[in-house]
Amino acid sequence: MIWHSAQEFFAMNGYALYVWGAVIVTFTCLFSEVVLLALWRRLVLQYLSALPPASQQGETSSDT
Amino acid sequence: MVTDRPLQGSVAVPAGSLERLAYGAPRLFFPLAGKLAGWCMLIAVALCGVGLYIGFFVAPAERGQGEVFRIVFLHVPAAWMSLFIYVVMSFWAAMSLLPQARMPALMVRALAPTGAMFAFLALGTGALWGKPAWGTWWTWDPRLTAEFSLLCFFLVCIAVQTAMGDTRRADRLSTLVALAGLFNIPVIYASLRWWLIVHQGPSFAELGVRGSIGWVPVGILLMTLGFWAYSIAAAMVRVRCLILLQERHAAWAIDYAKEAQ
Repeated sequence: MIWHSAQEFFAMNGYALYVWGAVIVTFTCLFSEVVLLALWRRLVLQYLSALPPASQQGETSSDT
Repeated sequence: MVTDRPLQGSVAVPAGSLERLAYGAPRLFFPLAGKLAGWCMLIAVALCGVGLYIGFFVAPAERGQGEVFRIVFLHVPAAWMSLFIYVVMSFWAAMSLLPQARMPALMVRALAPTGAMFAFLALGTGALWGKPAWGTWWTWDPRLTAEFSLLCFFLVCIAVQTAMGDTRRADRLSTLVALAGLFNIPVIYASLRWWLIVHQGPSFAELGVRGSIGWVPVGILLMTLGFWAYSIAAAMVRVRCLILLQERHAAWAIDYAKEAQ
């Protein structure tokens, strides 16, 4: 172990703002993407479930 | 967890017919992508866990910079991933020019947001490192500028994909943007040699020699592999949503959505 105390670990020798800032920014982005993807997946599933069965979908539906 | 239904029924893929195979590819790929996403996410959590442990509890502080250099374990993997995802995205962009291929354009759409996020992270963690190391959050140093333009290329790709109504034209245009931005990759890579710049030398190679036990490159490598697995997982989840949206007129997609919901 390279740290002598928890305090020393969190202080990062005075660079706490930068080091922990980088950690927080990185994992906030990763978690946010995971959450957004899960939400989007649910929306997509809801959207498809609400569509009429494939056999009844006519030529009118747009292709975008 | 919903298990994917086995392939059967409406779209039969006759053996030996490449065109039909390309047409059926999204449906064939859908369950595989689901499995890949799950496994890669597990691998990503494991590798990042070990990588962070090495970076924050095992690796010794660098002599010159002290503890602030620990940002390297996030900064370098994020920067590498942004470059790597861009190359992979451009590969799929080039493949999307093939006639009848339907998956490549979806892969471009699936990769762009994650690539943009890693480019943003490379710049963000770089700024948090630059402030204490150089005394400034940002400077128009060649490497920083090139990474910033990489982020811009990702963002333009996403903007084109989402803003244009006609999916096919949007995919064509974002393909052009992605391929045009390829010039940037060697520029970022070589910027340390081409110009005398503020950005420090390649940490990975250098620290491999300087680091007392070599824990630093090990930590960077584990974090990179972790981010890699994460990127695959995120892209696979996204491509599955894109496949469902594209196949929304197909019975299998609607059946899957009803069952999975």
